This record gives sequence, C-alpha cells and structure tokens, in this order.
Amino acid sequence: MTIALATEAPPFDLPGVDGRQHTLEDYADEPVLAVVWSCNHCPYVQAWEGRMIELQREFGDRGFELVAISSNDADAYPEDSFEQMKARAAGQGFNFDYLYDGDQSVLEAYGAERTPEVFLFDGDRRLVYHGAIDDSREEDEVTQRYLRDAIEAVLAGEDPSVGDTPAVGCSVKRKP
Amino acid sequence: MEIEFLFWEGCPSHPEARQLLDDVLADQGVDVEVTVREVFTQAEAEELRFPGSPTIRVDGRDVDPDGASARPALNCRIYHKADGRPSPVPTREQLEAALS
Repeated sequence: MTIALATEAPPFDLPGVDGRQHTLEDYADEPVLAVVWSCNHCPYVQAWEGRMIELQREFGDRGFELVAISSNDADAYPEDSFEQMKARAAGQGFNFDYLYDGDQSVLEAYGAERTPEVFLFDGDRRLVYHGAIDDSREEDEVTQRYLRDAIEAVLAGEDPSVGDTPAVGCSVKRKP
Repeated sequence: MEIEFLFWEGCPSHPEARQLLDDVLADQGVDVEVTVREVFTQAEAEELRFPGSPTIRVDGRDVDPDGASARPALNCRIYHKADGRPSPVPTREQLEAALS
C-alpha cells in the first residue's frame, strides 16, 4: 500500500549508478527531497525525464534534491538492469542520483505503483506531496505543475496546496 | 483491410491509442472492424510477437515497423514523434501512413 501523506520517509540504503551507496540520511541537510520511482524502458518516464533534470537544475542550489529509484524486475525486463541504468544516466546526463532497488524492499516500503511516481518530503521528511510531476506527458500541454508548485511551497515554509494526484505511467515491474 | 489492435492492460496508453486509431479511420472514411486482442501473459506476448502495448497492425504490417522487432514483453511500447521525442502511442502520421 502506498504510504499516506504526513508519513515519515521510509529509510533506504541503495547502490547508485555513480558507484556509491546512498542512504536517506545522506540527504538530511536538504530541506526538500523528492523520491521518484523511475526506470529505463518506460515511455512515460522518458517523456518526463527532461523535466526531472530541469527541476534538479533549477532548485538544486535552493535545498532541493531529486533521487530516482528503479525497482523493476531486471530479469524480466533487462532494459532496466543496473548496468543499463548506468548507461541511461550517462547518456541522458542525469544530474540527480539514480538508485537500484534490486530486491524491491524499498518499493515495498513506499508502495509505489507507477513510473514515474513522486514522493515529496519536507525538511522533517514527512510526505507532503505524492503523485504526478505535472498534468501532461506532453510538455507543451502542461497546465498544472504539481511537483514544481509543491517544491516552491515547501521552500517557502508552507504545505503544498495539492497533496495527492494520480501518477500516470507504466506499472512498476514486480518480481514474481 | 484487416486491422489488429493488441494491448496489455498494465499500460495506460491503450484507450488513447484506440481513440486515435478510430479518429484516423473516421477521417479517412475507412469502415472496417478492428480486431482487438488483450495480451495477458509473456507467453502470449512471444506467440503474438507483441513488442509492447499498444501494437497496431494493418494487414499484418506494424504501423511502426522500426519498433516491431523489439523483444516481446508485457510493457508500454515506445514510439517516437517526428522530432524524436518518445511517446507511448503512435503518431497520427504513422497511423495515416499505415492506412493509406
């Protein structure tokens, strides 16, 4: 089950495509943390990837950190293997950490169902926004920038006006 | 003319693709029944050479021949717009070309 608003961020300790281990505590100094379920092979993720990069670029020096996690079953979907994740991050110029949840334990803790799916936490690491990055995979048709607005709100010391939206994308590929 | 529309329920793109197909068929004045088939298992995906959802074939030819040879799998299929941007549905132009 997906964690509810106000829930404290479940901890994680996962390998990143940069060759390092990354834990939730590593981001403790950031006032705003977005954990985004992601993967390589999903066209919805690919459509939104550029906006993830842009958000990190725009807000990175204001205390925002975006962390992408792939939990997909790489045996059934080899495009989502850890090696392929490294290749995609390099090829697309990811400016955020991209972590591999190979045993899907972090997926179970958060209850993500789609890629991309956002979990945004405030400085106390309470969930303040969950769902979509914005309201259209077509960037020129976006009218509601949910994640951007939520980041701005948290940075201003407020709660986001929208707390939950439906995540639209591929299903997370669970192991049998 | 025989049109097949194959989809996997786990990907949310098939209603949009089906609507687009119906729109293009109407615009071109093509009155033909679309054969719709849901793919449930990996074994079915392999048997049907299903490279992802949705897959549309006109007289057996994939509307996106470049993507037709991808590994059969229960996933969202990646199409590309004319400018190279990824999309989970084929473009109107791809459908129009396949039906012409």
